Amino acid sequence: MALVLFVVSVIVFVVFMVLPKQNPAQTLAGKNATPELVERIEAEWGFDRSLPTQYATMMKKLFTGELTSYEPRIPVDDQIIEKIPATFSLTIGAAVIWLFFGLLLGYLSARRPGGWLDRALTGVSIAGISIPVFLIAPVLIYFLSYKVEVFPNGQYVPFSEDPWEWANHLILPWLTLAILSIGIYSRVVRSNMLDAMNEDYVRTARAKGLGERQVMRRHVLRNSLIPVITLFGLDFGATIAGTAIITEVIYSIDGVGGYAAEAIGKFELPQIMGVTLYGAFFVVLVNTLVDVAYAYLDPRVRLGESASK
Amino acid sequence: MSSASLLSVQDLRVAFATEEGVLQAVDGVSFDLGAGEVVAIVGESGSGKSVTAQTLMGLTRADNARIEGSVKLGGEDLTSAGEAELRRLRGDRIAMVFQDPMTSFNPVYRLGDQIVEAIRAHRPETGKKEAKARAVELFEAVGIPDAGRRVDSYPHEFSGGMRQRAMIAMALALEPEVLIADEPTTALDVTIQAQILRLLEQLNRQRNLATILITHDLGVVAEVADRVLVMYAGKVVEQGTLDEIFYDPQHPYTWGLLGSLTRIDRPRPQRLPQIAGSPPSLLDLPQGCPFRPRCPHEFSKCPQLPDLEARVPESPGHCDRCWLGPEEKRSKRLVEGQIGLEAPGS
Repeated sequence: MALVLFVVSVIVFVVFMVLPKQNPAQTLAGKNATPELVERIEAEWGFDRSLPTQYATMMKKLFTGELTSYEPRIPVDDQIIEKIPATFSLTIGAAVIWLFFGLLLGYLSARRPGGWLDRALTGVSIAGISIPVFLIAPVLIYFLSYKVEVFPNGQYVPFSEDPWEWANHLILPWLTLAILSIGIYSRVVRSNMLDAMNEDYVRTARAKGLGERQVMRRHVLRNSLIPVITLFGLDFGATIAGTAIITEVIYSIDGVGGYAAEAIGKFELPQIMGVTLYGAFFVVLVNTLVDVAYAYLDPRVRLGESASK
Repeated sequence: MSSASLLSVQDLRVAFATEEGVLQAVDGVSFDLGAGEVVAIVGESGSGKSVTAQTLMGLTRADNARIEGSVKLGGEDLTSAGEAELRRLRGDRIAMVFQDPMTSFNPVYRLGDQIVEAIRAHRPETGKKEAKARAVELFEAVGIPDAGRRVDSYPHEFSGGMRQRAMIAMALALEPEVLIADEPTTALDVTIQAQILRLLEQLNRQRNLATILITHDLGVVAEVADRVLVMYAGKVVEQGTLDEIFYDPQHPYTWGLLGSLTRIDRPRPQRLPQIAGSPPSLLDLPQGCPFRPRCPHEFSKCPQLPDLEARVPESPGHCDRCWLGPEEKRSKRLVEGQIGLEAPGS
């Protein structure tokens, strides 16, 4: 985990500080910076020193919250922290929705493979997988908040202000983010369950006289969750670090994704660096949590537990 | 024997519709099983022995399967029983031990919990603690040391032999009348095989358990079986008591099986004899006797399938499917003074 973070940080350092021909201080300062500001930044970041020292300086700034945008002069940390609730509301909510529906639809499909429900759900999930976020979002907005005013068009209302409005504003973004994953997850759950159904232990469970429902839930579903969790760890990271940016921009949600998009548009280096590194940290953290969940689901990967042979 | 019959299988047939055609996996198997008796079903891979066993448990039911004939356990017919009925019977009155103890337990649950699950599926009123205590007793009964602690182990923490013991413990959880053991020793080391066989034999005697033993190993059969069914390409080609099958085998296929055993009481042959060729595809069976293409004694009557009937006047319970007369058989089955199947062309 630490190693991954180190590698990511070095890559960020190389990409932003070493590779560009332009003086990085100039970039950091922003487009309309005065020469004095550039000079001050140059001294502050130590661009005249060796690369390892420069790297150490960058990391120190990052961890002590000294990473600052220079125009206007606000610490990047504060900006990101302020925007995290919106992003988390969006992504975690979407993740809950896609996990729930992915599992439900996958389970329903697998119960009678080849039946009408399975075929219908296959069609739905393939449609869900094929429609890109930038298409589904405007379509949802057009029909559900413009034509028929069921849901508000975008914006973010903090949960603490009004939980009802919070959810109401987030429903369309949640759906936008979740539809793709619901499609993928229902397919993955279905195929994992079909695999698991052929396992010897499922036959054993039937031979014990368990009911079909119990066989499916306790033995088939439980074992097919293990690969799904792995997938979830990767996808959740990808959503936070990627898809959420598009969604936040489209729905004008003032979150980290929108912030990143804005920073990229204006080429504001400190902001981009901050988002990249904190994002990487978060993805690694999620994957660590997934490993923990893995050990919970599958006793074979638990380490250092009693009862040796 | 038939008066005390516990399980009665009559003309059981199982066919599966596959993309290449209808596959008759089991074609007319009949036998009776009394309490305390061990019936062995022997045959090569693909002979239909495992399908027979699983059909007895209702485990081969599927949209593409056609099951005919009857399997009567007490007064109930397992082939025509509804799903709920079947669920009530299996695990409770008829239980099964599977071939591969490595994959037959669910890897994510503790062994004890899997036994508790079986108990509570049939006796929902049993408390968790009580069921767990029962699991410990069962572990002790099948000879798992330190049972109180080991019930909390996961399957991967057990060796193969121990897992098979746990599997047997689980099958015994509800004191079934009939135990089906489908190749229970095939996946185990030879030394462990003997232990598991001894355990099965001991349980069979102590609990008066009617046992169906599915195996391809005649050595296993010789140790525990009372009666034997020899299957080939879905059909029973010979059935009789252990002594009848071992000392007066009537079907050339049985001769071949017996001839290919290594025997400690005989001089070791240069090469272990084998039956030439391989079993026919069930989708493309030869006309008449399915063993015909591999049989050195084939003659003009063989393109017609003989019925399974008693052909030895002295033993009316000993049936086989071979046209040769009893005297012919007695001379033809001797290869260098021992029972066996001649190599083709010799």
